Amino acid sequence: MKCSSYDNEGFYDEVFCPGDPANPTPRPGARMLVERIESLMSGDLARRQQAAEMALYNLGITFNVYGSEEAEEKIFPFDIIPRIIEVKEWLPIEKGLGQRIKALNLFLDDIYHDQKIIRDGIVPEDIISGCPAFRPECVGIDPPLGIWCHITGTDLVRDGDGEFYVLEDNLRCPSGVSYVIENRHILKRTFPNVFRASNVRPVDDYCIHLLDSLQQLAPLIGFPNVVVLTPGPFNSAYYEHAFLAQQMGVELVEGKDLFTQDGSVYMRTTRGPKRVDVIYRRIDDDFIDPLVFRPDSALGVPGLMESFRAGRVALANAPGTGVADDKAVYAYVPDIIRYYLDEDPILPNVPTYLCRRETELDHVLKNLHELVVKPVSESGGYGILVGPHSTKQQREEYAAKIRANPKNYIAQPTLSLSRAPIIVDDHFEGRHVDLRPFILHGPDPYILPGGLTRVALKKGSLVVNSSQGGGSKDTWVLETEPDRAVTFTDEAVLPPVEHE
Amino acid sequence: MLSRAANSIYWMSRYIERADNVARFITVNIHLMLDLSVETASQWMPLIVTTGSGKLFQKHYGENAGTQENVLRFLIFDEQNPNSIASCVRAARENARSVRQSISSEMWETINRLHLSARRASTDDAIHEAPYDFLEEFKNANHLFIGLTENTLTNNEAWHWIRLGRLLERADQTSRIVDVKYYFVLPTIEYVGMPYDNLHWAALLKSATAFEMYRKRYQRIAPKWVTEFLLLDREFPRSIRSCLIKSEKSLHAITGSPIGTFQNPAEQQLGRLRSDFDFVRIDEIIDFGLHEYLDTFQSRLIGIGSTIFDEFFAVKMPGQQQNQSQSSGAAAAATTEAATA
Repeated sequence: MKCSSYDNEGFYDEVFCPGDPANPTPRPGARMLVERIESLMSGDLARRQQAAEMALYNLGITFNVYGSEEAEEKIFPFDIIPRIIEVKEWLPIEKGLGQRIKALNLFLDDIYHDQKIIRDGIVPEDIISGCPAFRPECVGIDPPLGIWCHITGTDLVRDGDGEFYVLEDNLRCPSGVSYVIENRHILKRTFPNVFRASNVRPVDDYCIHLLDSLQQLAPLIGFPNVVVLTPGPFNSAYYEHAFLAQQMGVELVEGKDLFTQDGSVYMRTTRGPKRVDVIYRRIDDDFIDPLVFRPDSALGVPGLMESFRAGRVALANAPGTGVADDKAVYAYVPDIIRYYLDEDPILPNVPTYLCRRETELDHVLKNLHELVVKPVSESGGYGILVGPHSTKQQREEYAAKIRANPKNYIAQPTLSLSRAPIIVDDHFEGRHVDLRPFILHGPDPYILPGGLTRVALKKGSLVVNSSQGGGSKDTWVLETEPDRAVTFTDEAVLPPVEHE
Repeated sequence: MLSRAANSIYWMSRYIERADNVARFITVNIHLMLDLSVETASQWMPLIVTTGSGKLFQKHYGENAGTQENVLRFLIFDEQNPNSIASCVRAARENARSVRQSISSEMWETINRLHLSARRASTDDAIHEAPYDFLEEFKNANHLFIGLTENTLTNNEAWHWIRLGRLLERADQTSRIVDVKYYFVLPTIEYVGMPYDNLHWAALLKSATAFEMYRKRYQRIAPKWVTEFLLLDREFPRSIRSCLIKSEKSLHAITGSPIGTFQNPAEQQLGRLRSDFDFVRIDEIIDFGLHEYLDTFQSRLIGIGSTIFDEFFAVKMPGQQQNQSQSSGAAAAATTEAATA
């Protein structure tokens, strides 16, 4: 297959340099991959793509879509062309993420204790008190090791100039890491030799690091009992919950499997109650304890917060972390980093207008057609207005919503998101991508090399969320310059290909 | 082990075994009907009656609808029948999905593939017409699953729950395979003991993959011996007695109490049932009435199932009751729904 005509159409492309569409030139890190693809027989690439999809199907790597009536389980669409990040691009990202999470943890600890940052006038008081994710119930709590947010999945995007920006911090229950690991397994089968020669940083040890950082939270010394708490098989990320529990070798529990007694948390086993020390919870704050948060929640464990408060059980992430990934707080993160670390932020924010400020509201309303507007309280890509793709009527309706509750909205310029090629029938087409690296914060911080590359499969679309037609790609962080001396004669992992 | 996980893994195993037995039933009957087509009208209803789904079948297909086509659809693909192969596989997969962390990836992938292939088959007309190859493949996939359980799982508590589920289900299914003879109508009384009758007894043995092993032991086909083999043989892996002996071992491995003693009602009931099968003579069973004996056996087995549930799985977990009994079709369907809703 020849990549003889691939048009970047003026976007930053992850694989090809800007230039003549008739004769696309791969970026240095992608050169070997592109050569390999060009050497494949016609139809072979499509066959590899099908084999990869079949493998995902058989493994049952699926997610559930809320509100979709047909088949409740869907396969997360996967494109076999990896996104390649060279190490010199990766190092500043890694550093920047570490810096950001460190600062956000200090911020959380401050917010739930002395609130110095408010008293010093860096972050306005009402942004915190008005934030639905701020949990007064958490005030004064000292979580183990002083860490609030252990697991983060930060969304990065790359603009037309090739620079990475932080689009969103996900400090509650970020998902997607299981796809990173499974995608990698599949790509190793799909392009074994390019993979070997490319010297790609491994992602397989994520679960080892995850278990380590969870065990460190145990209030008692010994062999701590770590569990993963899931809302159950009908949750959209259930596959991942089961995957992580299995890979760590710990129990996957539902709320009804746990109960509290005399301040400690136990799980019901066939041999009676067993004490639980650390809970990696994948249930939102609202649902974890009906005695403290939503009383109608059947997913949680009554008394859990009391145990947490008393230090009898560790929760990862701690409740209340959502206040730091609030879309309004987001605008203050660069100041937060400067305030706690006395450093300049390494990873820039996307410029953000807060509709709560009158001058900025004015600007937003006047420029709706070129902005992306997001409700502060929503996630998962719901309720967003993409200005350039909207009709006049949609903008007018949206403007009314903003005026009715300006505090609930922020706006950002429409970024010219970078693109990466995906396979469409027998050729490549560019699609917009983002990147979600995963960060484990603790005494030994760990940042998963690369992360989940989400791709908007619909032509021209900017929304990469899996619930809205997004797919994924494997992400290769190259350790060094690719070794060009390798030949590909022995790549016979897939069924032999007929010559056509 | 988590009570909920133990419950799910036990039922995962039971459903797989149940689906496997339905597939056996059907294959053998297909053969039998081909042999007997001259002498008697095709008889498919006994397969439905013996799985306790007579009323449900009548409700969805009407009176006198027991044609091969209807019965096959009902037993293989009909999702309204909680004991159809498709329903059992779906239930097995739902249960497996909720205990992904307790089984190996290979086991999960096999169950997932089974489910996908059953779904694909349900819309394939060619398979509806001639399901033989599909059923063979299906049975092989079950063997693969059991093999993977043996080869990829530590012989820990989860493994014993899987074995216990499989063997209790198998004991139940074997009793139904033998009982099918009770419902099978011979053209006239003279047919008893004639070649036709022998063919049928041989078919029963084949349903339980017992024909060859039976031949080695008894050689001649005789109703009494066939019954003895399928009920009371100590070594044959599908005989009821052998299933009870091994399931008792697994139950005691789970609790840690020695065999011959009991610490809870489940052990007591299973131990008593097993020792009945150890010491009963086949003549006593026949004098008592084979059908009646099997009926009592099935009730006792259902009782043991509920006791296990109460002892190990239950306690304040509503909505977890699974499809315990095959004889209450509609109610069972409702509880299966509740368990997976």
